[in-house]
Amino acid sequence: MDIILDGIRKAFYLLFTFDAEVLGITWFSLKVSGTATFISLFIGMSVGTAVALTQFPGRKFVVSLINTGMALPPVVVGLFVTIFLWRNGPLGFMEILYTPAAMIIAQAIIATPIVTGISLAAMQQLPKKLRLQILALGATRLQMVRILIREARLSLLAAVMAGFGGVISEVGASIMVGGNIKGYTRVLTTATVMETSRGNFDIAIALGIILLIFAYMINLVLTHVQQRERPR
Amino acid sequence: MTITNSILEARSLKVIRGGSLLVHVPSLTIGEGETLSLIGPNGAGKTTLLQALSYLMRPSAGDILFRGEKVGASYAILEYRRKLAMVFQEPLLFDTTVFENVASGLKIRGLGAGTIRQIVTEQLNHFGIGHLSDRSARTLSGGEAQRTSLARAFATKPEVLFLDEPFASLDPPTREAIIADLGKVIAKTRTTTVIATHDRNEALRLSDRIAMMDSGKIIQIGRPSDVMNRPVDELVAAFVGIETILHGRVREKQRGSIIVDINGKEIEAVGDADTATDVVLCIRPENVTLSLFPAVTATSARNVFPGRIDRITPLGLVVKVEISCGFPLVAYVTANAMEDLSLLEGKEVTAQFKATAIHVITKKATDGASARLPAEVTDISI
Repeated sequence: MDIILDGIRKAFYLLFTFDAEVLGITWFSLKVSGTATFISLFIGMSVGTAVALTQFPGRKFVVSLINTGMALPPVVVGLFVTIFLWRNGPLGFMEILYTPAAMIIAQAIIATPIVTGISLAAMQQLPKKLRLQILALGATRLQMVRILIREARLSLLAAVMAGFGGVISEVGASIMVGGNIKGYTRVLTTATVMETSRGNFDIAIALGIILLIFAYMINLVLTHVQQRERPR
Repeated sequence: MTITNSILEARSLKVIRGGSLLVHVPSLTIGEGETLSLIGPNGAGKTTLLQALSYLMRPSAGDILFRGEKVGASYAILEYRRKLAMVFQEPLLFDTTVFENVASGLKIRGLGAGTIRQIVTEQLNHFGIGHLSDRSARTLSGGEAQRTSLARAFATKPEVLFLDEPFASLDPPTREAIIADLGKVIAKTRTTTVIATHDRNEALRLSDRIAMMDSGKIIQIGRPSDVMNRPVDELVAAFVGIETILHGRVREKQRGSIIVDINGKEIEAVGDADTATDVVLCIRPENVTLSLFPAVTATSARNVFPGRIDRITPLGLVVKVEISCGFPLVAYVTANAMEDLSLLEGKEVTAQFKATAIHVITKKATDGASARLPAEVTDISI
């Protein structure tokens, strides 16, 4: 029990004294996961909206693929990104394995299906007649899409948060393609794994608390979105 | 009724989806400033026709002409839609303030902020929701939301307004108030309006003409009094509130009237049909009077029948009384009359109705092509 209490006490000390290493890892994690989420947002929202608003043969298959992608195991993503970026791999010439760029690619691959799936669901949840109403107001197709995105904005925010939540907390892909290099590719999750294996529970708990704060903030937004009512 | 100043016209309009013919309207002309109601049971095709006319649903065949120009050809669809407005059963408001909702159509058209403010304020006042301007649409009651939806529709000054069951989900007092306000705005702006409704009273209150639809076709179109009192067939008769529909055969033809045999009882009706023709008699319940006096059998008075009350059903302001007098007959009496006559189920009464209050449908009209449009389903190809 002492080991836990001591760890928590030291963790709070590290947090409130703005320990350089902890802050550095946190800031780097935010940069990598934020960039990956931004990329997934761009791709995921476009694809999700397009699939939601159009009818085409094989649409159900595409939707099921997206939904399957939402549960993509990070380790599998890490494995394939590593293979692709390996020196002899198809994209080995880029020489970006064990760099932040590789981590961003892997995390974007993990987050994109999540953002796509939630965006798709968000757009489909809007009343079908809303599209007719917008067209009846004289909107062009582009104006209609813009208005629909604005109407689904909170659910789309949920998509962003879920995507970010998925990648900030994953460890498998980051450790495989980033290598957990100190001051270069070390993020909150990979550092927690390493510090735990070394028995440095104070730093591990401090990093864990930061991850929990992120998780709490993400869930706060998601709960707010869920509880909100649509206008009649 | 001839439409001289047509604003909207449908020609050979067909909507076919999934191999089914949903709507087939060979010809429909809507006059400028006219209010036309499409009535009919659920699934009659009212909403589909409304959406096809407004080009929110692309017709499978046929043309829509706006002021004589073919929509989708000489008249661009977007330009056409910007001449229209549509209000659905659900208000379908955007997740923003009431003001922004009413302004949305104007913003889509790229109008300036000053103009938008002026128009929106005017519309909010027309529909009595000026005080809700800054309220979030999420906090509105059903009635307030539908008023906002109507204000949004009128804000773009549409040349044709389409209303799809706009009051169906409102409580009766709210519905009454909104219909009254809408009626005033339509009358003031002289906006051509097409309303789809399954409520004949709404149709009666707002319309210049009523079109009765069934199975995707317009069965009858005409002035409200014509459709209400002179339905072309039993389906229309039942839908417009004619409770007594009797099948009989003409026993005798007189000058201007006929004597019809209904289960051995003779009913005199004003109408023209040859002897031995099968006819359908339609009697509105409001036109049947009840009394406690015994039937005057000695006189030549016709359409006076003694009977027994089978069932009494209160309908709010009136009471529906079902009587057996050799044939089933329905009368509406006021709650006061009901009390004065001490009407009870099983009680003997005398029912009476005028020969002029009966609408006669000859079987030829019921079965023939003149009443119902031919269902040309053989040429479906999509």
